[in-house]
Amino acid sequence: MPFSLFVALRFLREGRLQTVLILAGVAVGVGVIVFVSALIAGLQTSLIDRTLGSQAHVVVEPPEELPRPLREGVAQGGAAVNARVEKSLQRTESIRAWQQVRDVIARDPDVVAVSPVAAGAAFAQAGRASRAVALRGIEPDAFDRVVHLRGDLVAGTLDVTGRQVVIGVELARELGLSLGDKMRLSTSEVGGEVMTVAGIFDLGNRDLNERWALVSLREAQNLLDMPGAVTSLEVRIDEIFAAREVAARLAGATGLEARSWMETNAELLIALRSQSSSTMLIRIFVVMAVALGIASVLVVSVVQRSKQIGILKAMGASTGEVTRVFLVQGGLVGLAGSVLGVALGAVLAVVFVRVARTSTGEPLFPVALTPGLVARTALLATITGIVSAIAPARRAAALDPAAAIHGE
Amino acid sequence: MASDANQPLVTLEGVRKRYGAGTPREVEALRAVDLRVGAGEFAAIIGPSGSGKSTLLNLLGLLDRPTDGVLRLNGVDPNALRERERTKFRGRTIGFVFQFHHLLPAFTAVENVLMPSWIERGRVDDARTERALSLLERVGLGGKARQPATDLSGGEQQRVAIARALLLQPPLLLADEPTGNLDTQSADRIFALFRSFNRELGTTVLVVTHDPRLAARCDRVIELVDGRIVDDRRRPA
Repeated sequence: MPFSLFVALRFLREGRLQTVLILAGVAVGVGVIVFVSALIAGLQTSLIDRTLGSQAHVVVEPPEELPRPLREGVAQGGAAVNARVEKSLQRTESIRAWQQVRDVIARDPDVVAVSPVAAGAAFAQAGRASRAVALRGIEPDAFDRVVHLRGDLVAGTLDVTGRQVVIGVELARELGLSLGDKMRLSTSEVGGEVMTVAGIFDLGNRDLNERWALVSLREAQNLLDMPGAVTSLEVRIDEIFAAREVAARLAGATGLEARSWMETNAELLIALRSQSSSTMLIRIFVVMAVALGIASVLVVSVVQRSKQIGILKAMGASTGEVTRVFLVQGGLVGLAGSVLGVALGAVLAVVFVRVARTSTGEPLFPVALTPGLVARTALLATITGIVSAIAPARRAAALDPAAAIHGE
Repeated sequence: MASDANQPLVTLEGVRKRYGAGTPREVEALRAVDLRVGAGEFAAIIGPSGSGKSTLLNLLGLLDRPTDGVLRLNGVDPNALRERERTKFRGRTIGFVFQFHHLLPAFTAVENVLMPSWIERGRVDDARTERALSLLERVGLGGKARQPATDLSGGEQQRVAIARALLLQPPLLLADEPTGNLDTQSADRIFALFRSFNRELGTTVLVVTHDPRLAARCDRVIELVDGRIVDDRRRPA
């Protein structure tokens, strides 16, 4: 065992009460950091899952038709032209050669899945009830890879072959439909078709549960009068926070427009960022408090041991060795305190998950206590310990052995 | 490590030490001290308080540096060494025994004795441990080697400190009022130990004391007054 570790361990063992107090301080700090980080990470994962569970990460669409004034600027002769510029009301563009576009998108290394979608407005009727719905023509397997719909089915299957439709629980309730019932889907483009309900989903989002009517791609193309074309390609990527960059890349590669979830959910993104920054603030302040605690206990220990440090130096201990004795004490306290703190944080997390439940008894959200978080926090605590020991260690190393020994 | 008689172990030439130079409170603690101490001598340094005894001992122990003059230990000018080398040189060349034993309370008796080895090499080997145990045996504490230092009496702790000072077999043992804190019986025992180590190992012993009874038992008595050596007499052999 190196000299500095040997002496540091004994000093810590000797100053029992001090060591216990300082360890408790570090443990509480680390516990708070672990708990808060795990809580926020869990909350964020859950928020992202809820939002993105039913949403593609990137949607590739034809460029929006730019509204153009018929005349621009100032007319010749100096007369001002007051041109009122309006956006076109409805997106009518579609992607015709979508298979090629899909292949281009699929080649991107970050893309996990691509699904063609032919979407448009439609009316759903059953008996006398009718509702406006968002008709979405899909390829079930590809679509499921993008939004993981199969796991959210509450009845039936994701089978949209032939004249079959899959709808949300809200729409089913409003139209009084259950599995195997018939409904009529009509559009302004072509008349309408009678469809059989093959599946009912619950995406945990009232709007989508009320609005989505999923049919086969071919059926949607017929109803929306866009044979062979789609309105968008929906993309899932592996690193969701890279969505903006991936979208930009896909737009460049396809010549189409690509929107990431980060643009369509700007508020969610702001919420996530503010949570992250408040966690960071909590972490910084806790680390500062822990560091000050370690430093003050070690300063006291240096003062108490000044004679011992003096004799160590008189016996040939170098300034570096004396410094290391105290740095090692700081590091040991940080490391040991973080072990206790991780345990404390884990207990808090378990208690929280037990206590904080929804009315149905489900946990509100999972607390994400990962090995990575534990390792990072332990490392942070150890470094904090060493850094906080710098000032006391320098003070110890600067002690004049003659003065320390003679008690001046 | 013993030097031959022609080369003294300790040489001081014109050594001065001033404190607070350039201030109104400037004090000259040592004024042009010349001193030679040969290997194997057993000498006492006496004098009233304020005479410069402790200053001299601090200079000899390399705990302080002279303002002027030359100091050589074992033929080396340690104050010309770099700080780290000087510290290591001190650890090898000088054993300290202080008025207050200064054992480390967090360690056992034998661990305290081994401390210079930990500092010197960063480790302890079997040979050193054996030497530490035999030194403790030698100072009459063989049975208490594994006891925490704090469990020993004052005299016992001072004997541990002597064993510690001798672990690395330094040629020079410096003792500052080593018995100042002890009863007569313990003091005699400590002094007898110095004497026997001086005879058996040839260790040069320099003892600062104001106990005339102890000084009288040394081979040589150096007396300081007001920072000067006023008397330096050897007891006839």
